[in-house]
Amino acid sequence: MSTPKAMQQSLALRVSSASFLIFWCLIAAFPIFWILVMSFKSPVDAFSAQPLDVIFGPATRAAGEGLSLIDLSLGAVVLWFAYRFAFRELPQMVTRFTRPGTVVMGWVIAVLGFAVAFIVLFFGLLPWLLSGLNAISGPLGEPVLGLTTQHYKSVWVENQFYRNFINSIIVTAGVVTISLTVGTLAGYGLARSGSNLAFWLLIVALIFRALPHSVLVAGYLPVFINSSEILRPIFGDAAPTLYGQPYAVIAVLVAINQPFTIWMLRSFFQNIPSELDEAARVDGCSHFQAFRRVIMPVMWPGVITTGLFSFLLGYNDFLVTSLLLDAQNQTMVPAIAGYFNRETTTTDQVEAVAAAVSITAPLFLLVMVFQRQIVSGLTAGAVKG
Amino acid sequence: MMFLFIALPLVSVFAQSFYVTQPVFERAEVETCTPGFPNPVCVKEVKTTPVIGEDGKVATESHFTGLESYRNVLELGRVKDALSRGSWSELMTIDFWKALRFTLTFTLITLPLVLGVGLVIALAVNNAVRKIRGPVIFISLLPFIITPVIGGLSIRWLFIGDGILTAALEWWTGTNISMFAQAWTIELMMMFYRVWHVAPFAFVIFYAGLQTVNQDTLESAIIDGANRWERLRYVIVPHLMPLIVFVALIHLMDCYRVFEEIIAFSSQSHVISLQWLTYDFLTPDDSGNRSISRASASAMLTMVGIIALLILPLKRTWRDHKGSH
Repeated sequence: MSTPKAMQQSLALRVSSASFLIFWCLIAAFPIFWILVMSFKSPVDAFSAQPLDVIFGPATRAAGEGLSLIDLSLGAVVLWFAYRFAFRELPQMVTRFTRPGTVVMGWVIAVLGFAVAFIVLFFGLLPWLLSGLNAISGPLGEPVLGLTTQHYKSVWVENQFYRNFINSIIVTAGVVTISLTVGTLAGYGLARSGSNLAFWLLIVALIFRALPHSVLVAGYLPVFINSSEILRPIFGDAAPTLYGQPYAVIAVLVAINQPFTIWMLRSFFQNIPSELDEAARVDGCSHFQAFRRVIMPVMWPGVITTGLFSFLLGYNDFLVTSLLLDAQNQTMVPAIAGYFNRETTTTDQVEAVAAAVSITAPLFLLVMVFQRQIVSGLTAGAVKG
Repeated sequence: MMFLFIALPLVSVFAQSFYVTQPVFERAEVETCTPGFPNPVCVKEVKTTPVIGEDGKVATESHFTGLESYRNVLELGRVKDALSRGSWSELMTIDFWKALRFTLTFTLITLPLVLGVGLVIALAVNNAVRKIRGPVIFISLLPFIITPVIGGLSIRWLFIGDGILTAALEWWTGTNISMFAQAWTIELMMMFYRVWHVAPFAFVIFYAGLQTVNQDTLESAIIDGANRWERLRYVIVPHLMPLIVFVALIHLMDCYRVFEEIIAFSSQSHVISLQWLTYDFLTPDDSGNRSISRASASAMLTMVGIIALLILPLKRTWRDHKGSH
């Protein structure tokens, strides 16, 4: 249409580029999709050499666990409506029922409510309804797709994986809050002062990017182990041993992350014209009020993007957490290393797969919701750097 | 604050690498007697026992050992032996050199692959219909955002034992393959994983760069009779050059820290990397000791390595930065 004729592409080029894209998407998504499938099967099926056996799971089906055609179709319908509702109706409802100024709270409530309703409907009501339907519908109710949730049960309930989950939440939340609080204040100050410090900050952030984390940890570890003796003169007998404490890990991760956060937030703040603060000051705001009432609302995209990257750092970290936390306090990622190190039976292995999927699920949701912010954050870091 | 958390650990690592802390042992002659006839049988032996300090723990002392720890890590004597006999495989039995060799080959092989794959995906997405770009970007982001250890594991589970991909390869080549038995197949899988993990990052950045290519320049190139390949070569790639340098730098840094792959593929017995070496020194061994001084020494050596690797590109960027002002 608007493309000039000379710019149009030959058929061969279009076909080859399209097929390459399909190929890439397959490669990108396949391992993740596959561990998802594996985690629901009995061990015999999960590590079978025949791909079709893994998908349909005859051994799992033989054990009497599976989904029938009715289950599949009804489940798909419910999922589709839930998806439609989440992306069409929910935003409208939020805008209709919240007063301006409380939009964030409105969203939190809406998302929580939606999640609870979905879980009750999908995992409580639907199986109950379907077991009745399957019993009366004869051949249609026979299971065709083997599926079992027993590995998830044994991981989360018997092996108390939720403890690791809680630790992960503590560490990640701590990292995100502290680095964002320090980062916004410092970034704002730097952007407005126009000092030359920003360039050096960039250099420091780059150095941190380059430095292997083990070098830093080697410096922290002896100090943390002996910290109760070192801190005794200050705190008396209540001096804590920092080794094995989640908040010590938070401190280390924040230290690693902070130069990058400050620098990124600074570049976001610089895009906001300084006339905006001046106008606020003229209208009678104090310096801090101007920051909170005027600048922060404009800054949300930048804050969310930076927060996402801090989140990823805290959540994905293996090296720091596994060295600085002891076995009782481990976060999810080092805990899974424990799983596959002791894997002796195939059941253990499938449990490790189930744990891996449990770790990935929040990240998957995150990409779904914040895709645009992630892309813009990546490109902002690159194009300006 | 920054000084406390960043500079101080570095200094302490540097200092630690010169000291060795170990329990104090004393040697004492102990006579043990067992009842016998007519005289008790007595054995005198010299025993080494740890000294118990005042607080009831084993007393430790630190003493300055200079470059001892570095010597322990580098094992220069064995290197000299191996070199004088000219045997490469003997050199590769020493942990540090083995780790260095793997880290460097890994970095240098994945670098062009990541750049190439990223660029091709970006071009293909840019060619595609607008409607499918969103889902494609979504799928592409998944490998990038996934926890590195989990990503490595998911690849490993595809190949482990008679996993489906190993089975497929066996069917294809007609030979019996076990992917985890020898070093080079593991390395191959690690490289595949790394490219899979980093290519999306390169793709997103190149894709953003492609949006800003000057359309007028492209059109004038067409008028001048440039075909598609020449346009790519002379217009698009020069435009993306700063981004390519950026991605290459980031990738260089990340690859040099290769660590999660070793954990995920549990390949300690075949392939190790520099950062894993430090990690291994830091984790408590069977008797619960951490060899912190050796870890510090290897950490310092790792740092020297990354500085050596980055000094050339950084110098160039620095010059460009100066030149642009």
